[in-house]
Amino acid sequence: MTRYVVVGTGVAGVAAIDTLRSRDRSAEITLVGDDPHGFYSRPGLAYYLTGEIPEKQLTIFTKEDWKPLNSKYVRGNATRLNPQKHQLEIGSAGTLTYDRLLLATGSVAVPSSIPGADLQGVVKLDDFDDARRIVSLARHARSAVVVGGGIIAVELVEGLKALGLKVHYFLRGERYWPNVLDENESRLLEHRLTEDGVIFHFQTETAEILGKNGKVAGIRTTKGETIRCEIVAMGIGVKARMELAKAAGLATERGILTNETMQTSDPDIFAAGDVSQVREALSGQSFMDTLWHPARETGRIAAFNMAGVSKTYKRKVAINVVRLAGVMTTIIGAVGSGIDDDLVSVARGSSETWQQLPNTISMQSNSDVNHLRLMIGEQSLLGAMVMGDQKLSWPLQDLISSNADITSIRHLLHPGAALGQIVMDFWSNLVK
Amino acid sequence: MGIELSLSNESKHREVMATGHVIPVQSRCVQCGICSFNCPIGIDVRRHAWMGEPIDDSHCLTCGECVRRCPRGALRFERTELFKREEA
Repeated sequence: MTRYVVVGTGVAGVAAIDTLRSRDRSAEITLVGDDPHGFYSRPGLAYYLTGEIPEKQLTIFTKEDWKPLNSKYVRGNATRLNPQKHQLEIGSAGTLTYDRLLLATGSVAVPSSIPGADLQGVVKLDDFDDARRIVSLARHARSAVVVGGGIIAVELVEGLKALGLKVHYFLRGERYWPNVLDENESRLLEHRLTEDGVIFHFQTETAEILGKNGKVAGIRTTKGETIRCEIVAMGIGVKARMELAKAAGLATERGILTNETMQTSDPDIFAAGDVSQVREALSGQSFMDTLWHPARETGRIAAFNMAGVSKTYKRKVAINVVRLAGVMTTIIGAVGSGIDDDLVSVARGSSETWQQLPNTISMQSNSDVNHLRLMIGEQSLLGAMVMGDQKLSWPLQDLISSNADITSIRHLLHPGAALGQIVMDFWSNLVK
Repeated sequence: MGIELSLSNESKHREVMATGHVIPVQSRCVQCGICSFNCPIGIDVRRHAWMGEPIDDSHCLTCGECVRRCPRGALRFERTELFKREEA
């Protein structure tokens, strides 16, 4: 009987045990995790903050859903991994022996080094308890300052606003999310948030978080300005939780390095989800994703290989559909470039591939509320940004992920053309 | 003209709802559960999305509440071939 141990109760870990059980009915499967809330929708935390779902809705599986997986659950923090002995120590919960192990330990917010970052009232949005803490603190707070970039920072801004707080948003640069959005897109979102009462502070850096009796009382900028607030929410990027792997001597870079079967430098240890850094065999390149679906997919692929079924992870075009400042936004493929001073690493709900800018022409169509930007390569579309009306979201996901040959319409795509209609007609003919 | 157009849109909308069902796409779903929470008759739409299965529950009203509220654009209506009308 094969003994599988999966560390991490996020979507990568759960997808793995789901697949392991489907391949091997007699195996002993143990799920290990230190999150007291187990498996829940991490992206859903944003909707809990805005009040769109109650807390209990975040839990994904019912007891009935767990039953067929027939796995043991050990709640605890995996403290030491011994690849030679094939053993995993889980603090006081004891030691597990495995034949094959999956590390799906996820990522955590990069801690801030700003003086005062340890005060009560400085929050992040990594997990269930963070979201609960924000809701609880907001009951006795009037103002909040959000520091950071990417999707997570705007989720914090919108969540705190929905909780009834006056929200200040600090940005180091001139505009929001400059390495993925173009200037029009940044301005559109900033405008929407400003209309909702969010106060933007551009070119603003935090010098110190001010405290009183151990609690946040305000924030001082490097320009010397002081703003009173009771909450400081940080979203400056995430880092892989790979201490266990590092200490065990596994190969790591920004994440735990794996090949396309999700196998690490130790043949009996696999990694999946946010913590994994997959090296593509053909290009030798590797990117980090902090997205739900790639996490699920890498967990599934890892499990197949752990169970002896050879499968490789073929990275698909990174896509995320999110509501930013109330605007439905689809981000597909390569759309941006440059640096974002508000982030020290990849943000949650993001992909490093979005920040690539290959040899493309960027064209856009705008109306008051809708925006479309296409990254047009020689023969195919390489990326797209769809804001507002989402009619083109599906067709573009389809065209970009299938690398569809657009030679026949390439000459029609020029500035001023009805880009949306051309793409829609092309796609409609293709799928007919 | 405007009224005719909106009537025709409305009837098209009704037709899609009567002859289609809701399809989830796993690559977009983040299992937030807004769909299940808002289903007026309590269908666990999220579970269908996890399994990658269409919402084939015979109780589904195809009211569109889940499609409209999904913040990730992960749900859409698709025509069911079973009731497809012959083209005139």
